[in-house]
Amino acid sequence: MALKGNLRDFSVVQLFNLVNLAGKTGTLTLEGPNVAAWVSFRDGKLIHAQLGNEDGTLLGVLTKAGKVRPEQSKLIKGHASDKSDKELGLLLINAGYLTQQDILASIQHYVLDVVYRLFAWVDGFFRFDNDVLPPDDHITVRLDLENVIIEGSRRIEQIQSLEDEIPNLDLALNFVERPGANIRDVHLNTQEWKVVSYINPKNSIRQIAKTNKMNETEIRTIVYGLLEAGLVEIVRAEGAPMPAQAEQFEKVNKVERESLVNRLIDRIRSM
Amino acid sequence: MQTVKMVVTGPFNSGKTEFIRSVSEIDVVSTERSISSEAERVKETTTVAMDFGRITVDDELVLYLFGTPGQKRFDFMWEILSEGMLGFIVMVDSNRPETFREARGILQTFRAYAPTPYVVAANKQDMEDAWEVEDLRIALKLDSKIKMLPCIATKKDSVKSVLLELLYSILEEMGEVN
Ligand SMILES: Nc1nc2c(ncn2[C@@H]2O[C@H](COP(=O)(O)OP(=O)(O)O)[C@@H](O)[C@H]2O)c(=O)[nH]1
Ligand SMILES: [Mg+2]
Repeated sequence: MALKGNLRDFSVVQLFNLVNLAGKTGTLTLEGPNVAAWVSFRDGKLIHAQLGNEDGTLLGVLTKAGKVRPEQSKLIKGHASDKSDKELGLLLINAGYLTQQDILASIQHYVLDVVYRLFAWVDGFFRFDNDVLPPDDHITVRLDLENVIIEGSRRIEQIQSLEDEIPNLDLALNFVERPGANIRDVHLNTQEWKVVSYINPKNSIRQIAKTNKMNETEIRTIVYGLLEAGLVEIVRAEGAPMPAQAEQFEKVNKVERESLVNRLIDRIRSM
Repeated sequence: MQTVKMVVTGPFNSGKTEFIRSVSEIDVVSTERSISSEAERVKETTTVAMDFGRITVDDELVLYLFGTPGQKRFDFMWEILSEGMLGFIVMVDSNRPETFREARGILQTFRAYAPTPYVVAANKQDMEDAWEVEDLRIALKLDSKIKMLPCIATKKDSVKSVLLELLYSILEEMGEVN
């Protein structure tokens, strides 16, 4: 069984949503036009990212973050070239040179920087390999994907096929009931809060936009982020008319319908 | 003689015709139909390619299976098909993420407006590149209350079990109404 496709059809945001909701462990490989990237997850949390042959080693990350000066970096490389990232990290901590906090924060910053750049990719092959993880001697982080998805979708300049993703603005929104899906734990900006505060099956998306003086693209973009972060779902607006025929079904005698369905079941079982 | 209907819908090439063919007692008839919508007020006509299959239950009851491509607006279909309609099957090709967006659109409409029960068939599960059912459920943003069933439309037993699951959902819903 496979989990692969093209980013044109299933975006990085949607892949992260899938990993998040399925609580997946493994590595996502993305092949852009010139460069590949690998993002690893454990139990639906972001733990590692690598873009092409960018220097993602601990030393490279610390140098980039300004925690280690380039000439120090060279020195360390000369002395500790046989050390794994974890060993080197311990060495730096024990020497009183950096704290564990410094190291983790730098790596976290690096991983997020890579991931946010990937959100801009709109084309390219993707594949998810279950249970493939970075080697044990790598230092990994553990980041909730809800915030990453919300922030990532904010940074996308133009979400692909936004109108196809949210075709009908006369539908309403509701909060998702799911462990870990607490809107309070997510860092929302003012515009997003404005939308969130009106979420209720009674309010159509169109009404929420109107109240907040947002145009269709603005409201769709915000709703898209919330949807992909698994925080809200689309529902029928309360009080919206059902299609005319829907009511007709209710009128048919219930006992008759039940017997009819049971006859169908018997017939299909015997086929 | 009473007739009831089920509608099989979904993106192009998802396996609707194959699904109906696997269980129909007549050769599947494929037709082009012109449908005009009264609800639209404005006279509007659309052409819909439809498949048509049949399962005779007994002397008094016949089940018709209609296959029709998913539309952004289902008004047309509902109007002509909904009389005696028991439920829908939404077919998705589990191998082709390029059709998931359209499938999500169809399901979003169903979620909001489907007047009868429906199930989703994750079709072509026999193929190597098929996405797993649980991944598809998330990719299609399917409501947790809706059944997502693995399907191989070329296999009669598989089609039978999808039809049965839809019928069980219909029975369950009747139970809930009262
Ligand atoms: N391997 C495999 N092929 C299938 C399956 N269902 C349909 N197909 C094939 O997929 C193609 C499209 O199916 P069709 O029923 O015409 O799709 P429709 O456009 O939805 O009516 C045909 O070549 C079918 O034989 C399946 O479950 N497994
Ligand atoms: Mg067909």
